[in-house]
Amino acid sequence: MTAILAVTEQRDGALRKVSREAVWAARQLADQLGATVDALVLGAPGVDVAAADLGAAGADRVLVAADAAFARYAPDGYAATVAERAKAGGYAAVIVSATATGKDLAPRIAARLDVPLASDVTALGAEGGKVTASRPVYAGKAIQRVVFEAPQGVVSLRPNTYVVGSAGKAGAVESVAAASVPARVTVREVKASEQGALDVAEAEVVISGGRGLKGPEHFHLVEELAKAFGNAAVGASRAVVDAGWRPHAEQVGQTGKTVSPTLYVALGISGAIQHLAGMRTAKVIVAINKDKDAPIFKAADYGIVGDLFEVLPKLTEEVRKAKAG
Amino acid sequence: MKIAVCIKRVPDTETRIRIAADGVSADEAGVKFILNPYDEFAVEEALQRKEKAGAGEVVVIALGPDAAQETMRTALAMGADRGVLLRADAIPADVLAVAKALAAELKDGGYDLVLFGKIAADDCAQAVGPMTAELLGLPCVTAVSKLELDGGKGVAHREIEGGVEVVEFALPAVLTADKGLNTPRYPALKGIMAAKKKPVEVKPVTFAAPRLRVAALEMPPARKEGRIVGEGPDAVPELVRLLREEAKVL
Ligand SMILES: Cc1cc2nc3c(=O)[nH]c(=O)nc-3n(C[C@H](O)[C@H](O)[C@H](O)COP(=O)(O)OP(=O)(O)OC[C@H]3O[C@@H](n4cnc5c(N)ncnc54)[C@H](O)[C@@H]3O)c2cc1C
Ligand SMILES: Nc1ncnc2c1ncn2[C@@H]1O[C@H](COP(=O)(O)O)[C@@H](O)[C@H]1O
Repeated sequence: MTAILAVTEQRDGALRKVSREAVWAARQLADQLGATVDALVLGAPGVDVAAADLGAAGADRVLVAADAAFARYAPDGYAATVAERAKAGGYAAVIVSATATGKDLAPRIAARLDVPLASDVTALGAEGGKVTASRPVYAGKAIQRVVFEAPQGVVSLRPNTYVVGSAGKAGAVESVAAASVPARVTVREVKASEQGALDVAEAEVVISGGRGLKGPEHFHLVEELAKAFGNAAVGASRAVVDAGWRPHAEQVGQTGKTVSPTLYVALGISGAIQHLAGMRTAKVIVAINKDKDAPIFKAADYGIVGDLFEVLPKLTEEVRKAKAG
Repeated sequence: MKIAVCIKRVPDTETRIRIAADGVSADEAGVKFILNPYDEFAVEEALQRKEKAGAGEVVVIALGPDAAQETMRTALAMGADRGVLLRADAIPADVLAVAKALAAELKDGGYDLVLFGKIAADDCAQAVGPMTAELLGLPCVTAVSKLELDGGKGVAHREIEGGVEVVEFALPAVLTADKGLNTPRYPALKGIMAAKKKPVEVKPVTFAAPRLRVAALEMPPARKEGRIVGEGPDAVPELVRLLREEAKVL
């Protein structure tokens, strides 16, 4: 029987949200192929595998590869372990999340296995028993649909593209061997950024500010709206990152991050093609801009034409009320 | 220091993409091509490292059609010493095939450092660098936004969600360059003139049967026509109502 391998991601022992998305995507694909789903957890010995969560997301089995070196991302050890497991298990597809870690890991796995890779995939499918994938190319200006002409393939999956449901699988835990390979590179330290853990690339809601904010001292207005939502991260246009108003980590767009949140709010952002490249796959887009002809309104589902210094405080207040009530 | 930089010719980021008649590629008619923006960071880093070391060579390597030589001239004008064009009429969608061709060229080059851009603006694979590193069996750090090299050792910073990873490695190594690493120089007129005389070696490459087939290239699904809810703060309650009742995101 064919099987699909979903590689999960943990940080400080806690499974990240993208892990359940990878397992859920694997489940959807497996159901089309009549396959089973194994979820692979890499972590330090004693890693809390949240097996129930992964079973609910669709894992028939949860395989745990524990190694003291796996507390943090260990590129060589992770890649070798996944590749060894993928070879042994004969999986039709290996699914990794297209996060900072996954984008580093997936190509290494594909090269070790000598199998093709489809990066940053937004939809998976099956056609005549072959795995197919859709992926944005040209910074989201076009969608490429590819077919794996190989018995095995690696996929990195864009975060936030699959809405995880409930599959009610067993998620039976088994341990598997961690590959023992020398570490050619070592993650010595992870420095947390000041903005905290919620990253634009993963947040369900992204509130972004652009040059319309007029200066870094006004970004508290953006932060307050994000706070009112609760589950929101602050994003920025390149113009304000280049001006030094906001850190690069917050930049959305072609040379920044690609985001697919449920809700994207663009405040004082004109909507240049390179900005749209990073956020056009958001489910709902709201724009506030004083220029009624700003291109952002062409991409937005809902727009308010107005001065954001007047609109924003009111919006924050109303969102706070809506959340409270 | 002997440094190789892998560079790609890509459509200008301002370009509007049209689907070609074959339905699987982009129409190149009238499209302006440039050096991939992230590769500029890689070229700049190589030049700075060579300048700092006081000696060495910077070799740029591109896999692509003959026209990629024009892109190569940009890197040569910035200051790279020579170029190698791995000539192929079409670049495979299976990026592992590209990595294999690059690895074959790099293998016996005796490079201390092999640099890539983080991502190519056309295929957005973010994969050729780390794949090439695996094939060469070299240490690899991707998306490097800060780099310190000291003797045979290096420390690189790479951005992750909510933080920065500090990664140690030994040379020779493969790195992919992210924004923030440096500020690429503009080629000076003198450099542009000099670039014309710099050697570019052309080597044809062939590929095995593709294992990743492009079935279609399509325009992204058009977003449903949006609407202006209203003007100024008075429109806020209606917006919040729509977000709550219609879009169900609040
Ligand atoms: C190779 C390349 C890569 C790029 N990558 C990116 C990228 O990754 N991300 C990115 O964002 N950009 C990117 N850009 C830059 C992009 O082209 C734009 O320059 C940038 O997005 C503009 O930022 P902005 O919308 O904040 O500023 P502007 O274009 O200056 O727009 C400001 C907007 O604010 C509005 N405004 C002003 N005052 C108010 C007010 N009081 N109330 C309400 N609205 C107001 C204005 O009407 C205007 O629409 C890239 C460009 C290139 C060439
Ligand atoms: N055809 C190519 N020729 C030379 N270098 C390439 C080629 N394709 C990709 N690269 C390198 O690999 C990086 C990442 O590309 P990609 O993996 O396609 O996103 C680019 O920034 C280049 O440095």
